[in-house]
Amino acid sequence: MSTANGHGASVSVQACGKTFADGTRALESATLDIARGETLVLLGPSGCGKTTMLRIIAGLELPDEGGTVLFDGKDVTSEPIEQRNVGMVFQSYALFPNMSVADNIGYGLKVRGVPRQERAARIAELVALTNIAGLENRRIDQLSGGQRQRVALARAVAIRPRILLLDEPLTALDAALRDRLRGELNRLLRALGITTIYVTHDQAEAMELGDRIVVMRKGTIAQIGTPREIYFTPRNRFVAEFIGAANIIESPVEDGHLVLSGGRQPLRSGINLAVAVAMIRPETIQVVEAGRAPLSGTIDSVSFVGDRQRLVISGTSRKPLTVDAPNAVQVRPGEEVGLLVAPESVRLLPLED
Amino acid sequence: MRYRLIFAGQFVFTLAVAAFLMVPAALSISAGVTVSYFRGIRSGVTLQWIVQVWELYAGTILLSFVVAFATLAVTLLAGVPAAYALHVRGGRLARVVEELITLPLAIPGLAIALALLLTYGGFGDFRRSWLFILAGHVIFTMPFMVRSVLAVFGTIDIKTLDEGAASLGASPWRRFRDVIVPNAMPGILAGSLMVVTLSLGEFNLTWMLHTPLTKTLPIGLADSYASMRLEVASAYTLIFFIMIIPLLVAMQLFADREQRK
Ligand SMILES: Nc1ncnc2c1ncn2[C@@H]1O[C@H](COP(=O)(O)OP(=O)(O)OP(=O)(O)O)[C@@H](O)[C@H]1O
Ligand SMILES: [Mg+2]
Repeated sequence: MSTANGHGASVSVQACGKTFADGTRALESATLDIARGETLVLLGPSGCGKTTMLRIIAGLELPDEGGTVLFDGKDVTSEPIEQRNVGMVFQSYALFPNMSVADNIGYGLKVRGVPRQERAARIAELVALTNIAGLENRRIDQLSGGQRQRVALARAVAIRPRILLLDEPLTALDAALRDRLRGELNRLLRALGITTIYVTHDQAEAMELGDRIVVMRKGTIAQIGTPREIYFTPRNRFVAEFIGAANIIESPVEDGHLVLSGGRQPLRSGINLAVAVAMIRPETIQVVEAGRAPLSGTIDSVSFVGDRQRLVISGTSRKPLTVDAPNAVQVRPGEEVGLLVAPESVRLLPLED
Repeated sequence: MRYRLIFAGQFVFTLAVAAFLMVPAALSISAGVTVSYFRGIRSGVTLQWIVQVWELYAGTILLSFVVAFATLAVTLLAGVPAAYALHVRGGRLARVVEELITLPLAIPGLAIALALLLTYGGFGDFRRSWLFILAGHVIFTMPFMVRSVLAVFGTIDIKTLDEGAASLGASPWRRFRDVIVPNAMPGILAGSLMVVTLSLGEFNLTWMLHTPLTKTLPIGLADSYASMRLEVASAYTLIFFIMIIPLLVAMQLFADREQRK
């Protein structure tokens, strides 16, 4: 593909914190390295500092004293955004209402003094790439939300940025469109091969798009890792609960077993604790006939969601357990069942965080 | 039936109000072209008063337009960037500055003029030139420009647009020209319209600041009312109308077209 630049820059954020003028501490000092061509997702609940981090990388916000931002090893901390050659997609898109779609896409090129003909060719290329053919002469207020999103992306990519920054680009769209565009966006980002930093509070988006995910909480980085690492080996309770569904069980440990009201659950060998906080994902719990597993419980409710069914089981641990069972398993509320969990599926978390 | 009665009532009322406002203007205008106001229109129609006014006061009319457009130029050049800076900067300082700019609205023109005279009256050349009046007009009209531009900035997310343009590599000046000004156009036009009309009609301040050699149209008008025949003063009013109405209409049309775009 001719738009593939593959010339993304690596990004290094070193000891960047942010305290706003009004004293709000939006970001604790954080360090983060992003490889060339990588897609990194900043994920976290509202107000945790994702946008602030993105804006520091973009050059729209200056980090507190001592923080530096490096692109390909070069210190760009003091460069304003217009000198950093980054593409940015804003949550509200920030498309220029006074320009047509084509002029919006071509603006960055025009600013760079690219001759008209070359500009037109590049615009055509991006119009095709982002699937907005026929809209070139429309005004921005004549576009749907999804179309605006595509124009914003085309405009950001047109300048062949070294780094692409996206701040919740899909949040303003309805759920169905969001799902479709997420797939499209994923293919596009892979094809472009630019270093991408993507902000979202939607974990499904983060999982699908990210090579790595940075989970943030109250201005700090809770964990950095691949989607699999984040999902299967969350480092603490916050990450475990924020990503996917999780059963968090606090219980005493006796010779390598969690001691629960519904039985004894074996742990991986070599664990020597008196008390443990354990995480068990709902889909790793297998429902079997009563008495055929170390754990047992009573089915409280069954909700059928199509591809699977979600059971709530009481009597096993202090809090009811959530279990995802295959949709073909026949179960009824009130039924006594056995629960089988592989020792590797029990993830121990730090006691306090 | 009842609805029609109400409608008719409202219609008559509207006509009455319009007449109340229009008749004096019409009378004044007609007085400007009658030979003798006391004998009425029967005395004949003449352009002699208009010619006389033109001979006596052409300078004031010209000066009025010079001052009005110079005021417009200054308020545009200073007011639009100021509004932009105030909006983007935000914070308490910006609000204080905004209040300061707005303050002249609440202060009587006479007081502003007095302050100017006290401060700059000693600078003879400045005091005697039309620039002195320009200074007064700029102070008086600046809030209208800044406020109407700020009002537009409040309705569009100008800060994000600015950041969007910056992310595409545009320098601050380029952003201002390509994105800020075009999107603020409705406010700029509305502000310009007010600045020009206010400046053309301004009397209080100007009366204090003028010298015999720097009279604007409204000052000339007062002068003629005080010292000339009523017909001459009326002819003067007529000229004022002829000058300002096409200007207002033109600017309004321009603003409408811009808004529709
Ligand atoms: N300009 C500012 N001045 C003061 N405080 C700010 C400013 N911008 C952000 N904050 C505060 O900093 C914190 C982090 O904000 P940030 O926008 O980075 O959150 P976020 O993770 O992007 O949240 P969201 O998902 O809601 O967009 C919040 O508490 C916010 O109120
Ligand atoms: Mg945000």
